[in-house]
Amino acid sequence: MGHFLPSSPEERQKMLEALGLSSARELYRDVPDSVLLNGLLNLPEGLSELAVAEKMRGLAAENKQYKRILRGAGAYDHYIPSIVRYIPSKEEFLTAYTPYQAEISQGVLQSIFEYQTMICELTGMEVSNASVYDGATAAAEAAGMCKNRKRSVTLVSETVNPEVINVMRTYLYGAGTELKVVPAKDGRTDAEALKEMLSAETASFCFQQPNFFGQFEDAEKFIAAVKEAGAMVIMHCNPIALGLMKSPGELGADIAVGEGQPLGMPLAYGGPYLGFMATTKKYMRSLPGRIVGQTADADGNRAFVLSLQAREQHIRREKASSNICSNEALCAMTAGLYLAAMGPAGLKEVASQCLSKAHYLAAELAKVPGVSLAYSGEFFHEFVTVMPKAQEVLAALDGAGILGGLPVEGGLLWCVTEKASKADLDETVRIVKEVLA
Amino acid sequence: MKLIFERSKPGHALTILPPLDVERTALPAALLRESAPMLPELSETELSRHYTELNKQVYGVNDGFYPLGSCTMKYNPRVDEEMAALPGFTGIHPLAPKTATEGCRKVLELAASLLEEISGMDAMTFEPAAGAHGEFTGVLLIKQYHDARGDSARRKIIVPDSAHGTNPATAAMCGYEVINIASGEDGCVDLESLKAALGPDTAGLMLTNPNTVGLFDPNILEITRLVHEAGGLCYYDGANLNAIMGHVRPGDMGFDCVHMNLHKTFATPHGGGGPGAGAVGCKVFLAPYLPKSAMLDEPGHCQVRSFAGNFLVVVRALTYILTLGREGIPQASETAVLNANYLMKGLREIFTPAFDRLCMHEFVLDLSDYKKETGVSALDVAKGLIDFGIHPPTMYFPLIVHEALMLEPTETESRETLDEVAEIFRKVAELGREDPEYLHTAPHKAPIGRPDEVAAARSPILRA
Amino acid sequence: MEFPTNLQYSQSHEWVMEEDGIMIVGISDFAQHELGDVVFVNLPEVGDEVTAGEPFGDVESVKAVSDLVSPVTGVVCAVNEELLDSPELLNEAPYESWIIKVENVEAMEELLSAAAYADYCETEA
Repeated sequence: MGHFLPSSPEERQKMLEALGLSSARELYRDVPDSVLLNGLLNLPEGLSELAVAEKMRGLAAENKQYKRILRGAGAYDHYIPSIVRYIPSKEEFLTAYTPYQAEISQGVLQSIFEYQTMICELTGMEVSNASVYDGATAAAEAAGMCKNRKRSVTLVSETVNPEVINVMRTYLYGAGTELKVVPAKDGRTDAEALKEMLSAETASFCFQQPNFFGQFEDAEKFIAAVKEAGAMVIMHCNPIALGLMKSPGELGADIAVGEGQPLGMPLAYGGPYLGFMATTKKYMRSLPGRIVGQTADADGNRAFVLSLQAREQHIRREKASSNICSNEALCAMTAGLYLAAMGPAGLKEVASQCLSKAHYLAAELAKVPGVSLAYSGEFFHEFVTVMPKAQEVLAALDGAGILGGLPVEGGLLWCVTEKASKADLDETVRIVKEVLA
Repeated sequence: MKLIFERSKPGHALTILPPLDVERTALPAALLRESAPMLPELSETELSRHYTELNKQVYGVNDGFYPLGSCTMKYNPRVDEEMAALPGFTGIHPLAPKTATEGCRKVLELAASLLEEISGMDAMTFEPAAGAHGEFTGVLLIKQYHDARGDSARRKIIVPDSAHGTNPATAAMCGYEVINIASGEDGCVDLESLKAALGPDTAGLMLTNPNTVGLFDPNILEITRLVHEAGGLCYYDGANLNAIMGHVRPGDMGFDCVHMNLHKTFATPHGGGGPGAGAVGCKVFLAPYLPKSAMLDEPGHCQVRSFAGNFLVVVRALTYILTLGREGIPQASETAVLNANYLMKGLREIFTPAFDRLCMHEFVLDLSDYKKETGVSALDVAKGLIDFGIHPPTMYFPLIVHEALMLEPTETESRETLDEVAEIFRKVAELGREDPEYLHTAPHKAPIGRPDEVAAARSPILRA
Repeated sequence: MEFPTNLQYSQSHEWVMEEDGIMIVGISDFAQHELGDVVFVNLPEVGDEVTAGEPFGDVESVKAVSDLVSPVTGVVCAVNEELLDSPELLNEAPYESWIIKVENVEAMEELLSAAAYADYCETEA
């Protein structure tokens, strides 16, 4: 039924005749008869635009939209400024291919150059790439950057998001090297255990800040030890938290990675998201993926190009450090746009509101008899509570249109962003009280 | 034009957030960053103008002919965008309870069943976020399969020399030794080279068919049979699937697993380089090795990306497939092939096709003779096309053709456009004979002239 | 194109000069010409072992990368770090811009004289 062909069957027949063919089937004469399909595939009949829109709206309606989401664990419900939603839908940005032809792609290239600059500023690092698929693959790619023949073991803290650990494990399985998990203690990396696990074979140690449980790692305590062992430090960080917290650069990390979704991308059942990666000049040429560089054209005009391409798969083939080709360019532009829309003060304020509201909810929940916080350390916008009847609490909240904390080992993992008002949080506490009363 | 940082003025800002309505929490000083990030300060109008100006310096699919070979730059339907922007999809947390995500899971299930039918596969994952990521996932299926059988001798992946760079890079990422085999004179797999490369150490073959010179390999059944006979598996790189949908299926050709670029074949936009989606399908015996999300599904499986992949890209692709349906899908492919052959016929008198025979959805021109005659290279011609409002074809790929220009018109171009394009190529070719210097320095009408890439690589400036 | 007669050459276009038992290795004028503008050189580290006929590093141009093949087997005792910041030296003065120095040389490829190498380049061009 539906199609997007700017030609009529009669026109196509004439084109076939111009080629000396009588039917479209003749175009497939190189296909062996035994596998050339004779009938139509078992697909539904095509739909008109109106009908397909109805069908898709129906599917969307089968999801539940909560009025308030108090769950994070790797996907964060931040407010997306209107302009940040609108600009990436401009059709030139939206539909262009990778900017191989720099002369007619300056808009894409400059937006990425600006994104790279802002990621460097945020992380305190010197060089950023143009993005990878998500925060988990960013960590996996970073682990790949660090290992070599002499140092093949990657360490990761148990307090890193399980999705990230699993993706790292998969990438390292591909490469045939080992991933070892450093145990946690009171919701944070066990620094003593880490020190014992470091060896001359350790390539890198990856930790998350704030970690999966929302806790701030005492990073200064173990970074020096990792470096002393000759290994590299990978810091997986929340970009909103970077509005307030000490940056990877300030802490002396070698590679900063993270999930860029909080910077203007919707939850969208998991994607598209954005993996950001930044490092020091020393490791610039080991960064995977595209990197935009500034240069000049013949007339001396400022110009941007895809640079340092000789690192990449299309030139280095099997010797490339990564196979990445398509990335998340539009999401990178969105993140740059979000950071520009918030500005330095706005970003700090978002971070501060997340922090403050999460602490308000944590404190109020902890006042409810039977409820306590699982961990004692400083936290950002996520925290774990221990409470009885957790499933009933979640069900009651669900009934009120509130998505409560995520059940994890040891309790419920809550997340509060700037979107939650005090009234939302008070309502949440009231419902918890009612269930536990 | 100005960088966003050069437009920044202290105190300019948008008003996004309400005042904080709870007590403000302070972090201990030891956790606080020492210096604030240098982010630009702009008002909303300034921000809007900046990005609008940037957007004007981008060539999109609707700006004109975009024959970027191997990239399938077809029209991206507006309704697909509208569906991907529905709050019922964008507002869904991936870790919301299953009862709250019925719709999302139905989208994935339905898209999987349709793509399984199109590719001839039995199972599907949407975790991979791009084509190369799909390749990685597919070769990991092969690796897990051999490992589970204790078949550790299989250390090599065979890749034709005409392949995309992602193929050998993928095999290397999976720990395999890459065996490059030469193509025959007809641009297809040379069966003798393949036989010589096969053995008890063969883990698998990575192949795209139609191949990168735009030809359907007529020996495909023999190729996959030989690989299987040697105990290897066959991976189908779906970069060129747009040629064959509804006409022949990778699964029927003997492939065991496949990736499909939803951002090529299924009309989702490229976003200036991404996001895409590289759905991977496989035969039932490989299904146990498909990746799964540790938190969304269950732990203990391989996993290549968090959660369910680039979900909104799947929403777009599903909208597209449901629109075309059982008749529209094969019609799209046959029209893509028709358009490519029609355009090749129009260009044959101007430049030399690398393989002058019936092609599939794309074809390659070899400008070696033209360069000898005029001194004008494929690069010069490509840049010259920009001045005529055309996006250049893919240049210098595949590597087995010198001075290559690779054209893929797709099905969403009209006969008039193809005729006009042939005329423009004729003009540019003549220009190269009359005034080669003009093409050496082209483009002349773009926002910038040719950038100095040597300077960019020698002294990298990678941030403002 | 210049081929100094005091040097020996490999078929993979490296030049070699012996100095007190140490082998100095660079790339030939022909090689730099074929590569085009060199934008980066990946060098080995001092102490690395190199093997005759095997790559010890690579040179990058904007759109290509080419292996540097060692004409000798031995241990790297010096690398020309100036090339890291100024790769263009390989284009500007290929015979003054050595890349590595190798000691404890155990084996060598069969090398060509300047005249023989000039003939060889003729057939390659």
